[in-house]
Amino acid sequence: MSRITKRFEKLKADKRAGLVIYISAGDPDLASSYEILKGLPAAGADVIELGMPFTDPMADGPSVQAAGQRALKAGITVDATFDMVRRFRRETGDGDTPILLMGYYNLVYQRGAERFCKAAAAAGVDGFILVDLPPEEADELKPHATAHGLDTVLLTAPTTDDKRLPAVLKYASGFVYFVSVLGITGTKSATEDAVRSHVARLKRHTKLPIAVGFGIRTPEQAAAVARHADAAVVGSAIVDRVKAGLDPSGKPKPGLTAGVLADVTALAAGVRGTVKA
Amino acid sequence: MAISPNSFRTGPDERGHFGLFGGRYVAETLMPLILDLEKAYGEAKADPQFQGELNYLLAHYAGRPSPLYFAERLTKHLGGAKIYFKRDELNHTGSHKINNVLGQVLLAKRMGKTRVIAETGAGQHGVATATACALFDIPCVVFMGSVDVARQAPNVFRMKMLGAEVRPVTAGSSTLKDAMNEALRDWVATCETTFYCIGTVAGPHPYPAMVRDFQCVIGNEVRKQIMEMEGRLPDTLVACIGGGSNAMGLFHPFLDDKGVRIVGVEAGGKGVETGEHAASLTGGRPGVLHGNRTYLLQDKEGQITEAHSISAGLDYPGIGPEHSWLKEQGRVEYVSATDDEALAAFQLLCKLEGIIPALEPAHALAHVTKLAPKLPKDNLLVMNLCGRGDKDVFAVAERLGMQV
Repeated sequence: MSRITKRFEKLKADKRAGLVIYISAGDPDLASSYEILKGLPAAGADVIELGMPFTDPMADGPSVQAAGQRALKAGITVDATFDMVRRFRRETGDGDTPILLMGYYNLVYQRGAERFCKAAAAAGVDGFILVDLPPEEADELKPHATAHGLDTVLLTAPTTDDKRLPAVLKYASGFVYFVSVLGITGTKSATEDAVRSHVARLKRHTKLPIAVGFGIRTPEQAAAVARHADAAVVGSAIVDRVKAGLDPSGKPKPGLTAGVLADVTALAAGVRGTVKA
Repeated sequence: MAISPNSFRTGPDERGHFGLFGGRYVAETLMPLILDLEKAYGEAKADPQFQGELNYLLAHYAGRPSPLYFAERLTKHLGGAKIYFKRDELNHTGSHKINNVLGQVLLAKRMGKTRVIAETGAGQHGVATATACALFDIPCVVFMGSVDVARQAPNVFRMKMLGAEVRPVTAGSSTLKDAMNEALRDWVATCETTFYCIGTVAGPHPYPAMVRDFQCVIGNEVRKQIMEMEGRLPDTLVACIGGGSNAMGLFHPFLDDKGVRIVGVEAGGKGVETGEHAASLTGGRPGVLHGNRTYLLQDKEGQITEAHSISAGLDYPGIGPEHSWLKEQGRVEYVSATDDEALAAFQLLCKLEGIIPALEPAHALAHVTKLAPKLPKDNLLVMNLCGRGDKDVFAVAERLGMQV
């Protein structure tokens, strides 16, 4: 059983939804980014999405774009991202918190899907969310991911209708990421009603856990999602908090990590205080 | 190299692939919309009424067929191949872009979409889209890199006069690739009502094939016109390539004519060896961006690098996937011309033929000035003069140290 599956089994046993936290690897610099990553589980993140910064993040809004730019400027690379995960596993001894790499397919493709999967698995990565790799193109990654025990979390959207869903779910493992609004990250938010009905629809098609993301910024919003979904994903609000912790020259101000982790703690409290509907 | 197929004109396959290239690398939100578009385009393509309406507009609104013109003075000057220009710069709105836009906006109307968005580099595709949207009374938003907004001011003004909203994009390098990112971000949020009118033979399937089909009017006309004028097919075709739509429009109808040598000219910027260029096929390698796999300018990691060209229309780090395939098949030769060579060709054409070309086809012309003298006098060379240079006069004046 993969770390991701185990984590969701545990959440189910605990009768609560999980909190998935997104950070961009290397934002605002490699050292600070690692400090944040290291603190996430204790702050209440159940699953971690580690963004792989890309020059052209077409599905991301201004917050995640800016985070990626900061990280690229700070010199983040794919190898450095793997190193962060390796160091996390070694130094924290945390062998339970799943870490997914999230990003765009070109970074995987340039290394070669097989080499990429092998290196990711060796570093302690648990799976991928590749925004621009729909099931139609997933054939070139899926066998290598499976061979190395990596989950492939696929996105579903409000536009993914019942007819199309089976084709998406065929390639999904770990959990299903429901993009709750039409749009890019960090902009609009879905209503609780919309989340409820979409999650119910997805549950009719799959036994995989459903995580809901896009537009979740506050503990209240996270709690509302946690009433219906198996996990709430928060990204843009976290990277915005990173940005708020920088001085005008882009250097981290004292207390950056503590501030980010305090926000995660508040979000976790929102999620954990919620009884699933 | 792969074994040559029986035909170079059958692509893409049902998944939108040209060999390794093409495909549909988009966010899930857009996938169902792209599948819808593919279906709607397939139906429109087979519908005589749609084709009839498009042909009417091409003839009576855009001014097609564009002339095939024997450039006698240039031919004499270069002393080799007999040079013809396909005069797509004489189309309404001043470039070949209108051919594709009329097709796509008709399709948008047919699909019941109520808003059209587009990306633009030089502004030619933006002007063409704004024009068609004015004609069909559809709201239009054009995304344009802020660097391009500055260097193509006349086209920005044209788009505004035509009723389009021009949104300057300041992300990344603030040029065409960033405009395309922003258009995709808009589309993902508005896809239920909005049609994304892509300006070149790139993007997710079905765009590369659809835009190619709409642009093939160029090559189909050339076939007919050269038969009337010379009684035979051309020997050599030359066109400039940014994304590659004018080139694909000229080349595609001739791909299976083995005797026709075909040359695409990329923007060499300050020289391919300097790293500051936009020659994806010459200086790039396969990667995935903007919905398709194709040759891209990128670093070792796969981060996209900035393109450089004097021509805003060629300033793009990728290229249409079918061109990538044709390169690997060896059917089309791809070369490059630098900023300085294009600038010299621009001036030469003004003086010799009384035609002010756009900086984009000036790159094709720069290669013609190198190639034609080496060819025999009975070699029929057709170059696509795909845009006129009115929009470039300020940029050229600045480069030449002159005041407008």
